[in-house]
Amino acid sequence: MFGEPVKRVEDDRLLRGQGAYLDDLGHDALAAAFVRSPHAHARITGIDVSAAVDVPGLIAIYTYEDLTGRVAEPLPMLIPHPALTAPRTGFPLAADEVNYAGEPVVMVVAEDRYLAEDAAQAIVVDYEQLPAVVGIDAARAARHLVHPDVPGNIAAELVQSHGDAHAAISAAPHTLELDLSIERSASTPLEGRGVLARWDTESGRLRIWTSTQTSTGVRAAVAAKLELDLAGVDVITPDVGGGFGVKIVHPWPEEVLVPWAARLLGRPVKYTEDRAEHFVASAHERGQRHLVRVGFDDEGRVLGLDVRFWHDNGAYIPYGLIVPIITSTQLLGPYKPGAYRVEFTSLYTNTVIVTPYRGAGRPQGAFVMERTMDAIAASLRLDRTVVRERNFITPEEMPYDHGLIFQDGRPLVYDSGDYPAALAMLKALIEWDSFPARQAEARAQGRRLGIGLACYVEGTGVGPYEGAHVVVETSGKVKVATGLTSQGQGHQTVFAQIVADELGVPLGDVAVTTGDTRAFGYAVGTFASRAAVMSGSAVALAARATREKALRIAAAALEAAPADLEIVDGAVRVKGDPASAIGLGTVAVLANPLRYAFDEAARAATQFAAGSSDPQAPPVPAGESPGLEGREFFSPVRSTFASGMHAAIVETDPDTAEIKILRYCVVHDCGTLINPRIVAGQIHGGVAQGIGGALYERLAYDEAGQLRNASFMDFLMPYVSEMPQEIEIDHLQTPSPLNPLGIKGAGEAGVIPGAALFASAISDAEGFAITAMPISPSDLFELRQRDQPAQDTDSR
Amino acid sequence: MKPPTFGYSRPESVAQAVSLLAARGPDAKVLAGGQSLMPLLNLRLAAPGHLVDINRLAELAYVSVSGGQVTIGALARHNDVLRDPLAVAAQPLLGQALALVAHPVIRNRGTTVGSIVHADPAGEMTAVLALLEGSVRLVSVAGERLASAEDFFLGPLESDVRAGELATEVLLPELPSGAGCAFTEVSRRHGDYAVCGVAALVELGPQGEVSGARAAYLSVGPVPVVLDLTEACGGVSLVSLATAGTPDFAQAGRLAMARLQPGDDIHATAAYRRHLAGVLTERALAGAFAHARERAWLSLP
Amino acid sequence: MAEPALKDTDMKDSGLFDIVLVVNGTSYALAVPARRLLSDCLRHDLRLTGTHVGCEHGVCGACTVLIDGVAVRSCLMLAVSADNSSITTVEGLAGRDGKLSPVQQAFADCHGLQCGFCTPGFLTTITAALAEDPDPTPEQAREIIGGNLCRCTGYQNIVQAVLRAAELITQTR
Repeated sequence: MFGEPVKRVEDDRLLRGQGAYLDDLGHDALAAAFVRSPHAHARITGIDVSAAVDVPGLIAIYTYEDLTGRVAEPLPMLIPHPALTAPRTGFPLAADEVNYAGEPVVMVVAEDRYLAEDAAQAIVVDYEQLPAVVGIDAARAARHLVHPDVPGNIAAELVQSHGDAHAAISAAPHTLELDLSIERSASTPLEGRGVLARWDTESGRLRIWTSTQTSTGVRAAVAAKLELDLAGVDVITPDVGGGFGVKIVHPWPEEVLVPWAARLLGRPVKYTEDRAEHFVASAHERGQRHLVRVGFDDEGRVLGLDVRFWHDNGAYIPYGLIVPIITSTQLLGPYKPGAYRVEFTSLYTNTVIVTPYRGAGRPQGAFVMERTMDAIAASLRLDRTVVRERNFITPEEMPYDHGLIFQDGRPLVYDSGDYPAALAMLKALIEWDSFPARQAEARAQGRRLGIGLACYVEGTGVGPYEGAHVVVETSGKVKVATGLTSQGQGHQTVFAQIVADELGVPLGDVAVTTGDTRAFGYAVGTFASRAAVMSGSAVALAARATREKALRIAAAALEAAPADLEIVDGAVRVKGDPASAIGLGTVAVLANPLRYAFDEAARAATQFAAGSSDPQAPPVPAGESPGLEGREFFSPVRSTFASGMHAAIVETDPDTAEIKILRYCVVHDCGTLINPRIVAGQIHGGVAQGIGGALYERLAYDEAGQLRNASFMDFLMPYVSEMPQEIEIDHLQTPSPLNPLGIKGAGEAGVIPGAALFASAISDAEGFAITAMPISPSDLFELRQRDQPAQDTDSR
Repeated sequence: MKPPTFGYSRPESVAQAVSLLAARGPDAKVLAGGQSLMPLLNLRLAAPGHLVDINRLAELAYVSVSGGQVTIGALARHNDVLRDPLAVAAQPLLGQALALVAHPVIRNRGTTVGSIVHADPAGEMTAVLALLEGSVRLVSVAGERLASAEDFFLGPLESDVRAGELATEVLLPELPSGAGCAFTEVSRRHGDYAVCGVAALVELGPQGEVSGARAAYLSVGPVPVVLDLTEACGGVSLVSLATAGTPDFAQAGRLAMARLQPGDDIHATAAYRRHLAGVLTERALAGAFAHARERAWLSLP
Repeated sequence: MAEPALKDTDMKDSGLFDIVLVVNGTSYALAVPARRLLSDCLRHDLRLTGTHVGCEHGVCGACTVLIDGVAVRSCLMLAVSADNSSITTVEGLAGRDGKLSPVQQAFADCHGLQCGFCTPGFLTTITAALAEDPDPTPEQAREIIGGNLCRCTGYQNIVQAVLRAAELITQTR
């Protein structure tokens, strides 16, 4: 099964409309709605709920004043860092100041969502407006402050270096400086956030369903906030309609308030975020500005690289410095600059918080590095692929230590990869060498074609750990549980593939549960392309443990040595002797000595059954436990590094500046493939988001901090019409030495090179450098005007 | 978000509908296809006191061609019009424009009359009405009147439908023989409202010369803008085409750019829109000219 | 001209409207407020939660259902407007014997879904389109799904699924 393009086991249910997403649950629940700040920065001077109290169906209205205990404290600072010297997080409901338009101020609970919105609309909040800080330039200028006690709007500053970059650049024969910007975008899953909570008064237990990327994280956070025993809180992740990073943040204000209100009211409460809210009340990413100084030799080899960048972290910084740390380390990609220095400043602005979105700082890093490579090539008049090749880390240099600290607090050491081979594959796939002739031919017909490429390396499978439990039931069916969550990646399929192989059982006999703290309580979450690496490895280890136990028990029954046994089609047998086979279900019966027979199979395990165990030995041998099961954890020493390279051919309309993708090619290396069909799907989706991020998607704030495109009408996620006809993919497989399966993560890869790739291709078509992304036809038109101001009037 | 509360009626006849509109006054709003009104309600950006749902008025679900006119009833969905071979043949601009209206599923429900009444200056059908100098029939308890395109659009999302009135049909002239039309636009994504769009109408004189050239513009002002570009097309004719190979509408493009004052938004700068207006004017006129030529060939005995 | 008086259920300034919806062949009598969206009525009143809501402004297409065979956005329609119509939701696509419809089967065959949230809207939209034209070109396949947003798949496999569904439909004829 491993490595096979197996069809997904998830699909049947989802295709029949039997998926159970958050808002499909809790039909008996009360509905929550929120009054959110219309201002980017303001002091709350009064809240008048009098007009709302008569709204039919109203159950409760809560403001900050009503919050109790730890719920009234700021939300947790999830990932502290020594450089994060001014951490600020919001309150579940704004206390006296709002710092972004969309921040929750009042919670309303009513019989249904319509009525809750009626009441919310009737509540009058008075604000004293304060000056809004919007955008990196305004944050740096610091004429106004987001948080009055945070000077310069600076949340954190961090420097990392390897060698003396400044000296290397000074001594280099050639130097270049670049100013590179990327604007805000967002994960934008089709399903927004949502949470449902039930308080069981009799047992004093809290049960939460939430559309999250980390059920164990929510459980710990909510238990702490509500001052409940961890054992008294269950968190269940239902089907999740996409995450892409935004749902790793926890606890959201709503994830604290809804359970809190459910306990207070003694009734289930549900909150379903709608699209309008999602744009202003969840999280964004990507907004960064970078200044690059690079020194290189005549061959284009980078001798020194100095990157200074500013990261817009929004109003609060609950997720810490993960995004800028990733940019600062992963921008190195497949390259080995002689010396490297990076310094970033993370800045508060009066905008929605910034937390990882698929790629998480890497698209910006790839943009910076790949634009730099293209600039070097242009200045030396070298082919862009040649410059890259000369800077590649070679397979012989693996493992390669960059001398920096990665996002997991561990050294940035690449484990494996073959970048020259990948580039050769990509050049062949897109026919790189013959493109100039094609371009010239098109140019002669008045058409503008351009080719671009972009490379990246992605640290995947970060720790600290994941675990898994595998149990064979007496029916022979295998139940697998792992704690991290699923948002459509096909985990139930790929984990079942792993178990089917390890245990020698049919795929259809394996059922996988994810993201349910009742089934598996120790987990981290689904982010950083870590699920296959971390839970996949843990599942394999747990299946192996189960297999070994099955062999031990069967060995006793068959009076054979475990080493002489094999498992074929769900039965243990002496190697090559089908007649000796004992079904795994029977082994499971034998694994659990019974006093009571509840069915025919159980009868065989009872104390007076024929062939019962040795009367001189304890029924459960020392060191064993009942049940045919295994529970293992996987905790790698550090991340494993996947890589890839994309190339594209674009055509820009000389008149309208419209940008069309003619070809899109991918060479992708995520180590050993568990399911190539699913990996291809991940790449397709990532590429679509990369195209969106490069050419369409941009969160447009005005100077007052109002998001001007908070709808699907104006935030332009690609439809099929914006996608290329085909995404051509070649796989390279350099296994990781860091996990038992040799796998590397694949979830985020597709999105990473998007901005870099299209900047490269459009620059090639237009003949001038693109330094800010995304780029729209209007942007391209304005760049043309700047490049050749007379052009427009001449041609008209 | 969910819609605010409103009253609701579902009349079975036009007479009932207008009496309801009269009774409810300016607080009443007509619900037809709902593809523009419902999003506004769902976002609580509109809060009418009462909705008069005309979806049961089968008497308004028609598209007809007679007397040199295409008449579109208020309950004809975009796709009903698009798939009406007689209507599209009589006024090909309808088909050219409707194919650009949103996506097929939206066209299944949205009505052509509704989108004209909605008066979105980015809407294709508003430009069609304006370019073709069509009219809108407005019925109330007091009687009926015919509003001309010229007077119908008052501002963004504001048309001359007065309190108590129901727009029952839109009348558009057939495309005269010897004329051609084209619709071209640039939108960010396929199916989006246009960043800029141009509908053009070209008439050929007896010698195959351009005797009339008009264009209507989307997304360049508060209402659809119509320009007469005939004077800038002086040199273009079927005869000049034979020698030059392609018609030259550059002068018309320049004239359009000089006459238009588009604004900017998050999708486009004013300069880009103005530039597009020029480019698309040329393209639309060239398309309309080719269409006119094609029809001239077809109409030859 | 004498007009028949409006029935009480057809005109109200507030309160509930009695309606009948035939959904996937089953008739339901309901009382709904005028503002109840059809999407919410299906999901929360009838608990047919296969129809999903992704934007509530008609752009994403996740809520698409078939009304008298025609694909429409259920978030842009009032339940009361749908009175007496026959509605097909994703739950009604499979055969009575439980067999996946050709479009559903094609999605499974082609890995046409990931998180599955947008999928019901694609399935209904494609089902209606193939009922009209069971043999689309690849270009037409893209046009059919042109108004539905998917954030997971990049649409590549959905286009393949449209073509595969067309094949399955042709085979079974």
